[in-house]
Amino acid sequence: MAKHEYSYYPGCSSQKGASGSNLQRSVDTMCEELDVKLNQIPDWNCCSASIGYGGGGVLPRMTLSARNIALSEQHHPDQEIVATCAACWLATKEAQERFEDDPSMMAEANQALAEAGLEFKNKKKIRHMVEVLIEDIGYDQIGSGVKRPLEGLKVAGYVGCQTNRPFGIDGESFENPMYLDKLVDTLGGESIKTYEKKVQCCGGALAFSEPVKSQEMIHGIIESAYDNGADVIATPCPLCQANVEIYQDEINAKYGTKFDMPVVYYSQLISVAYGRDAKDSSLDGQIIKAKKLEKIAGK
Amino acid sequence: MSTNTGTVEKYRNNFLKEVEANVEEGDWVKMCMQCGVCAGSCPLGKHWAHPPQEIFMMIRAGKREEVLTSDSMWMCTSCYNCIVRCPRELPITHIMHGLANYAKRLGLAPKAQPTAWFSQVFWDNMMKKGRVNELKLGLSLYFKDGIVSGIKESIKHQKLGMNMMKAKRMSPMELFGGHGVKSAGDLQKIIKKAQEIENARLESYGK
Ligand code: SF4
Ligand code: SF4
Ligand code: SF4
Ligand code: SF4
Repeated sequence: MAKHEYSYYPGCSSQKGASGSNLQRSVDTMCEELDVKLNQIPDWNCCSASIGYGGGGVLPRMTLSARNIALSEQHHPDQEIVATCAACWLATKEAQERFEDDPSMMAEANQALAEAGLEFKNKKKIRHMVEVLIEDIGYDQIGSGVKRPLEGLKVAGYVGCQTNRPFGIDGESFENPMYLDKLVDTLGGESIKTYEKKVQCCGGALAFSEPVKSQEMIHGIIESAYDNGADVIATPCPLCQANVEIYQDEINAKYGTKFDMPVVYYSQLISVAYGRDAKDSSLDGQIIKAKKLEKIAGK
Repeated sequence: MSTNTGTVEKYRNNFLKEVEANVEEGDWVKMCMQCGVCAGSCPLGKHWAHPPQEIFMMIRAGKREEVLTSDSMWMCTSCYNCIVRCPRELPITHIMHGLANYAKRLGLAPKAQPTAWFSQVFWDNMMKKGRVNELKLGLSLYFKDGIVSGIKESIKHQKLGMNMMKAKRMSPMELFGGHGVKSAGDLQKIIKKAQEIENARLESYGK
């Protein structure tokens, strides 16, 4: 049996063929190495992220999360729920708290769930994968498994918004959370402490609906990485990753820049540092190749 | 989905009460002490005609039309800067979402507001199968202004799409079905019920 086991909520973007599928593949590799078992919540549904509010009122949106919690309670009664997507984690945890504060809303959600014979008790802890790494495994343990230190790799740790606010990671500040930097250092890389766009919003879902306004912010996030001499930007969030990586061509056309900055996940850094190859670390999923990291992976 | 506008009309002079009853987390609005911290927190701040602080003031001043027809709430990126900074701990992000949703329900949201449109498409896309289909979501985004400009937009973004496919992060198979929950019908039943409960509550307001 694996050392750590969780009821896992992967989220839409992590499915096969979706924009965050490279997150999923590297998370699988990372979990293999760290002896973590993720049991997918059977038949989980989308939580509607932070953008569903235009179409769904508060009760329908909260009920989406209630169904996932109900299924987790049913199938994995003794396991905490873990998510890798910031938006999934946030929406589920937020729903969990609101139901706790508002028993009448919880009763209404259960009334709706009863339509499909489901019920939830709302007794699950909702956690982010980063919490699992830091709290359940720990930096020392992670560091002790490093086979291939990320020597010379300068990493701009981009935490973004929703992994950081409103809940954040215990013991970290909202303005300057250090865990991503600590993780990079633990892996033998060089975290850039002066990277000032660490918690800057990238526009989130508005990158789709308000591309010009959002790309102005994304431009700043990448520019600052260059100014600080970064080889790569690392992030925990699939939407941050996509937003900062995939629009660089469009930003270059508009701003006359020559951005070509790879954006990777912490899980890819861990996979490479643990000695796995570029494929297992899903480096083939980069649109902008992380050449320096590939080189380390090929050693 | 429409709320009885007649009864709402009756309460025009008490917009704060209406917000407290009908808007997500609306009962927090009266707690705002107008310190202005949230006003400087929005990443798209310069595009907000009325920052959150001002919206709360306008609600209290009964400016119903002005608030509900505003473009401002739709500029919220859900960054949660405001929530962690507000000295009174108002759930500002949720109130913005709630106001946006309420305005849209009443048909007062600005026409052709891109985020209002996108959030509806996102919701509909998700409700079909219980999971988001990124390809269809992307396509509807490019075709939102009609077929001609849609093709132009698609061509403009074609390289992006090809890049995503090469990296196996966008799958053309999604067009012919794609991911979904097995019991999508059950999920739809559940959400329909939740919508009915919520709508009944909103419609009973002022009666
Ligand atoms: S937040 Fe995003 S990834 Fe998570 S379930 Fe919702 S749409 Fe899917
Ligand atoms: S940085 Fe962007 S994608 Fe990441 S959580 Fe914030 S808004 Fe969402
Ligand atoms: S930060 Fe809070 S108290 Fe201050 S103006 Fe904004 S909502 Fe009101
Ligand atoms: S969550 Fe919305 S309202 Fe709050 S600071 Fe961010 S953009 Fe402004």
